[in-house]
Amino acid sequence: MDREVSSSKLVARIRKEQRNAPSFILDVSLEAPPGITILFGPSGAGKSTLLDCLAGLIRPDAGKIAIGESVLFDAERRIDVRPQMRHIAYVFQSLALFPHLTVEQNVAYGLANIPEEDRRARVGDTLQAFRIGDLQNQRPSQISGGEKQRTAMARSLVTNPRLLLLDEPLTGLDAELKAAIVEDLRAWNVAKRIPILYVTHSREEVDALGERVIAMDNGRVVSHGAPMDVLDAPRRKRIAQAAGFENLLSAAVLDLREPDGVMRVRLGEGDCEIEVPLAHASVGDRVQIAIRAGDILLASQRPHGLSARNILEGKIQSLEQRGTIFIARVDCGVTFVAHLTPGAVRALELTTEKQVWLVLKTHSCHLVD
Amino acid sequence: MSSLSLSLELAGCVAAILLLIGAPVAYWLAFSNWRGKFLLESAVALPLVLPPTVLGFYALLAMGPRGPLGKLWIALFGHGLAFTFTGLVLASAVYSFPFAVQPLIASFEAVDRKLLNASAILGAGKWRTFRRVILPLSLPGVVTALVLSFAHTLGEFGVVLMVGGNLEGVTRTVSIDIYDRVQSLEYGKANRLALLLLAIAFAVLCIVYAVNRRVWTPAWTRWTAK
Repeated sequence: MDREVSSSKLVARIRKEQRNAPSFILDVSLEAPPGITILFGPSGAGKSTLLDCLAGLIRPDAGKIAIGESVLFDAERRIDVRPQMRHIAYVFQSLALFPHLTVEQNVAYGLANIPEEDRRARVGDTLQAFRIGDLQNQRPSQISGGEKQRTAMARSLVTNPRLLLLDEPLTGLDAELKAAIVEDLRAWNVAKRIPILYVTHSREEVDALGERVIAMDNGRVVSHGAPMDVLDAPRRKRIAQAAGFENLLSAAVLDLREPDGVMRVRLGEGDCEIEVPLAHASVGDRVQIAIRAGDILLASQRPHGLSARNILEGKIQSLEQRGTIFIARVDCGVTFVAHLTPGAVRALELTTEKQVWLVLKTHSCHLVD
Repeated sequence: MSSLSLSLELAGCVAAILLLIGAPVAYWLAFSNWRGKFLLESAVALPLVLPPTVLGFYALLAMGPRGPLGKLWIALFGHGLAFTFTGLVLASAVYSFPFAVQPLIASFEAVDRKLLNASAILGAGKWRTFRRVILPLSLPGVVTALVLSFAHTLGEFGVVLMVGGNLEGVTRTVSIDIYDRVQSLEYGKANRLALLLLAIAFAVLCIVYAVNRRVWTPAWTRWTAK
């Protein structure tokens, strides 16, 4: 009963109230064309609940889910296709491999209704594609984390699903292994072209995979588009935090310079002023500014002749090495976090209490809600 | 037939029947979301707290020639149920029901729901999920259910006496035999049978606890500590 692989778009409108958390309501509307769409957002944003609804494990209160012409759920028409009949694949964060079955039996599990010979061939091909061919007789507890992840992917994809849901499938793997698995997934999808929804809150995975990003927070879709647009200029504070903006500062608008497309703001309660991109705001409004620690330059002398508009004097409060980066906290009336390379720390002879100047480009300062 | 082999046959029949009946009941109790589930749970647990004589009394009434079960049996097979081996099996099955169902519920509930979800999404219906995921992962529970219902049936007295009476070779089980011997002051014979029953009971409990302590681990659990 092999289905024709339809490369159709997922269209979903879902509303789901949670009985045990009345304040949380999942209320989203999204589209995912064939290819990888990242679902990004802080934990508790409703990403997993959304996947469960798409898979048919949770029944939405209202809405509609369709892949191409095929309707999986429609509250008004009382359609609710059972998970068994949805022909989709779901790789759980916990992977949920069957512990009592071998790798091969796990992968063959979803192919119950096809002839033995076809099944063998397809399982064999998929085991090869995901490079777990020589593990076929091992049980999940006997193989490594990366191999388990590959097995879970292979088990899902061997069924030729119409939609693939991945819930943080690569958590806990090192970067190299992650990249290799992501590459295999990408190669597989070149041929199949199905919509893939990939939940993550790892910025690295977004950069490695992302064709499109849907950012969620508190049960809503807050923005969507190319990864750069969504994550590099986040419009919500919590998305900014999740996307790795180390500096989130509260500021008051001092004046608007509309012809220049900028405005001046005062950070915190002190007298530290910077120039940021113009936003819909009036003088006196409070705004939130997000700045990446890696976008902040440090100088050991007051810099001259720079295009950057914001130069702030401050003192190093602390300097802490984490792997190959130094994390410097600099007090300029408000505290900034800046990332430096060990080489830069040596060259500038940085120590705590040392006087430094911070340099911020106007467009490295993002306004968030 | 000796009373011991009769007891063993009875216990074997009851254990087998209870596994077949107990599994679907346990499945339903483990996975149903019905709010009134506690009603069935309480009913299943009743034999744990009722005196065997109460249970035996009602079983006797039901199986008697004027009881519903007795009437049905006479219509179907031309003879009654009371004081027969079949009647004994039925009454014992009711009496040992919780001993089969409760370990099964516990082991079914212990299966990770994610595995059940994964199975459903991979296209497996409820029956296939039960056969290929729930049952193999519940093996210790299945063994416990079998062994406990076997042992409990072997040791029963009150229900057997009420329903089966004391017909040699038909309903005289070993526990009743022991009672008889004591009544007729044959302490030596009573002691031999009692010791035998004690040994069997101990062996059977050893199996249950060893299985649940994973002394003989199935291959896939041996590695999970890694």
